Amino acid sequence: MTPDRRSVARVVAKALALFVALNLAFALANSPANGGLAALGRLSLYNALWPGRARLPYGDDPARAYNLSLYSLEAMFASHELSRGAKPADEFRVLLIGDSSTWGWLLKNEDTLAGLINAMDLTTADGRTVRAYNLGYPIMSLTKDLLLLSYAMRYQPDLIAWLVTLESFPADKQLDHPIVRHNAPVVRALIADYRLRADPNDPSFVNPSFLDGTLVGQRRALADWLRLQAYGALWGATGIDQHYPDAYEPAQRDLEPDESFKGMAPPSLPEQALAFDVLDAGIGMAAEAGVPMLIVNEPILISQGRNSHIRYNFFYPRWAYDQYREFMRRRLLPATTAGGVYYLDAWDLVPQHEFTNSAVHLTPRGSRMLAGELAARIRLISQRQGYRCPEDCGADAEAQTYNRRRFADDR
Amino acid sequence: MVTSEGHPPMAAGRFAIAQAQVRNTALFVLSVLAIYALQPSTPIRHMDFWFPTTSLGLAVMVWAATALPAAGQRPFDRTFIADALALAAMVLAVAATRYADPLSSLVTRSPAPDVPAVVIALAAVAGLAMLIGRLIGPRPAWTMALVAGLIAWLILLKHEPFTQAFASALRTWQGQSAAAASALDVRWLGFSYIFFRLVSALRDRAAGRLPGMSLREFVTYVVFAPALIAGPIDRPDRFLKDLRSPFRFNLADATEGARRIATGAFKKFVVADLIAVFALNEVNAGQVRDASWMWLLVYAYAFRLYFDFSGYTDIAIGVARSFGIRLPENFNRPYLKPNLTQFWNSWHMSLAQWFRTYYFNPLTRALRTRAWAMPAIIFVGQATTMLLIGLWHGITWNFAIWGVWHGLGLFVHNRWADFARARLAIPPERRRLQQAADAVGALVTFHFVALGWVWFALPDVALSLVVFGKLFGL
Repeated sequence: MTPDRRSVARVVAKALALFVALNLAFALANSPANGGLAALGRLSLYNALWPGRARLPYGDDPARAYNLSLYSLEAMFASHELSRGAKPADEFRVLLIGDSSTWGWLLKNEDTLAGLINAMDLTTADGRTVRAYNLGYPIMSLTKDLLLLSYAMRYQPDLIAWLVTLESFPADKQLDHPIVRHNAPVVRALIADYRLRADPNDPSFVNPSFLDGTLVGQRRALADWLRLQAYGALWGATGIDQHYPDAYEPAQRDLEPDESFKGMAPPSLPEQALAFDVLDAGIGMAAEAGVPMLIVNEPILISQGRNSHIRYNFFYPRWAYDQYREFMRRRLLPATTAGGVYYLDAWDLVPQHEFTNSAVHLTPRGSRMLAGELAARIRLISQRQGYRCPEDCGADAEAQTYNRRRFADDR
Repeated sequence: MVTSEGHPPMAAGRFAIAQAQVRNTALFVLSVLAIYALQPSTPIRHMDFWFPTTSLGLAVMVWAATALPAAGQRPFDRTFIADALALAAMVLAVAATRYADPLSSLVTRSPAPDVPAVVIALAAVAGLAMLIGRLIGPRPAWTMALVAGLIAWLILLKHEPFTQAFASALRTWQGQSAAAASALDVRWLGFSYIFFRLVSALRDRAAGRLPGMSLREFVTYVVFAPALIAGPIDRPDRFLKDLRSPFRFNLADATEGARRIATGAFKKFVVADLIAVFALNEVNAGQVRDASWMWLLVYAYAFRLYFDFSGYTDIAIGVARSFGIRLPENFNRPYLKPNLTQFWNSWHMSLAQWFRTYYFNPLTRALRTRAWAMPAIIFVGQATTMLLIGLWHGITWNFAIWGVWHGLGLFVHNRWADFARARLAIPPERRRLQQAADAVGALVTFHFVALGWVWFALPDVALSLVVFGKLFGL
């Protein structure tokens, strides 16, 4: 049938009406805040058609990594194996939060901390199987860690292991990361709830309008979500979720005679310049849920090369890092004494040749060394499960003794 | 009587003819400009100008060799001069953009070469065209020599060592280091399809089937923008029929064109590009862990290829339809066909039709005159046709094996069909049984085709064998 002008006009009008309606419905259901796709992000082929990812999606080169970076925390968590289903009754769930070192830069999944801990087949005193989940994300910001932790708390952890390093602490860099900026409402809520020092009106926050929430406005988020689903097939088929280059530039051992750290000069590192408020917020978040937290000052490369008397590595001048460790010790000791919080200062655990392309990225062997330490702490902490802070924290004598010993060793 | 649009019939006819002239001029200009605009950049200086210009030059020369007295035309008349001047003016205008900085990469990817060099090239093309027109004319031997020349040119572009040598020569010509030459330097947009159209014209001319075409019509046919990149491959007589038909803007054509464009865009940019993420390729082929995942990747490749190519075709057909040109269909639900013969009647149909017309039919006719047995004729005809189709994609072992794979498949199906027709024919009243047989046939055919894509998708035999090994748990 040959269409006449009127019928064509009707079709066009209906198409326009449908287009507008769909966009509005999408905008109402999917807030553009929180990285976008608030509702759609929960839909996932992972854990259904494809296996869940062993670490959060991140990738600069999707075609080779079979992985990509996106802002939708819903979509990121939905793709993770953590979202496979209800928590099994016999599982002792350990969530590992941290930066690229925890995520496992240049490491295969079986060589990441989570992978190695799981391979140990640990069981708790009450017979539960220890299952570690990798929630590291290759961004150095405690606020990013807190953001992920706030989502991760839904998954009923039995223990949170938060691996940190000084590079994640500078207060003025906390919001400088796309995933933080694109999840402004959640970060603002965290700032308000935990009275963080970050400015809730920081201009770097992305504040989408209602129109940004429409199908048209969220086309990028939608395309990322679709590609994330599609790459799941290759993740399932190959087990690959990052690009492993044939060669990489090793982390610097010969260092510049530069004593500065983030624009600060010796002799003293202002404690206010570091985001301890965010660390406290994370501890508080876990405590509110009655979940113990193991804070780990992650291993760093301690160089023995040129100018290593000035700097430990590319990131850290000695004076700044030493003061940071002292701050950590001083701040965390009361928390560990109160119970529910454990501290492992593993800064010097791994020799310099067990680092790859950065002062915090470990080789498989280095990762195994740290995983061994973590496993010992997990076993210890799991024995203490059942207490509820703050009432019965005092019963956690063994853990406190351990912590004190560790501090004493460090001294 | 008036037409539905309110014009008296005579006036409407004149109006439609005038509109057709405007449309044809627009198609000529747009197609010539599009061949430059769509040409990707090349690492060899100015080749993003010279490749399209050479395509146009080849079109002019083949036109000179074909558009001759059989149709009662005088080839180099006023129309020719006007068309040739218009074409030269467009090429010069593109070249001249190099002098207008903001425009210098508007049509071409990089600034065009100096205009004097372009003028010399145009003069050379004009001289060669005159020479070809006067000397070759309708002589079949010369026509065949031109076809052979085009085939040689195609081989140069499809065989990596030759292409690399060609790239090296081009780099030297442009004063660049030949040591950095790579076959990938030679990105000549649309030549594979231009080749078919030029050979069609030469063969049709030799067979006396080619209608008389003006230079403008011929160039439009050869570099017709919507079908430049991926076909469909139209025949000159059919294309000309549309081009010369009166044209009026037609709502039915416009809406059908828009529908095809939208469908094609969705197939290409949403479905195909998404499936492409996990389709089999040379990198993931060696990384897959087990058979079930490997099957998924092979299926993904099969569907990605279909949606990608048929999406392109839909867009081409839709755009052409909006201009009143009905390009031939290229796909007709190929993966639902119950046997390989029907598959090849519905997959890249214009390519299969082209080879049938210009290779398979003449070959089998020639073999019949030599009293070959029919199965032998069919075998040689199908195997070599499919081998050539494979090699047209690129002269590699894998494309050759892919061609032979299908050639043998077609032959086996032909023999089976002969055998089954006599012994296993399903009576017409048993429709359910026929449907079941067709479904099984479609499943078997799809898997045969999908496994064939393993050869097509991968660059070498060893990797293809690894994939087959994984698929079958070997």
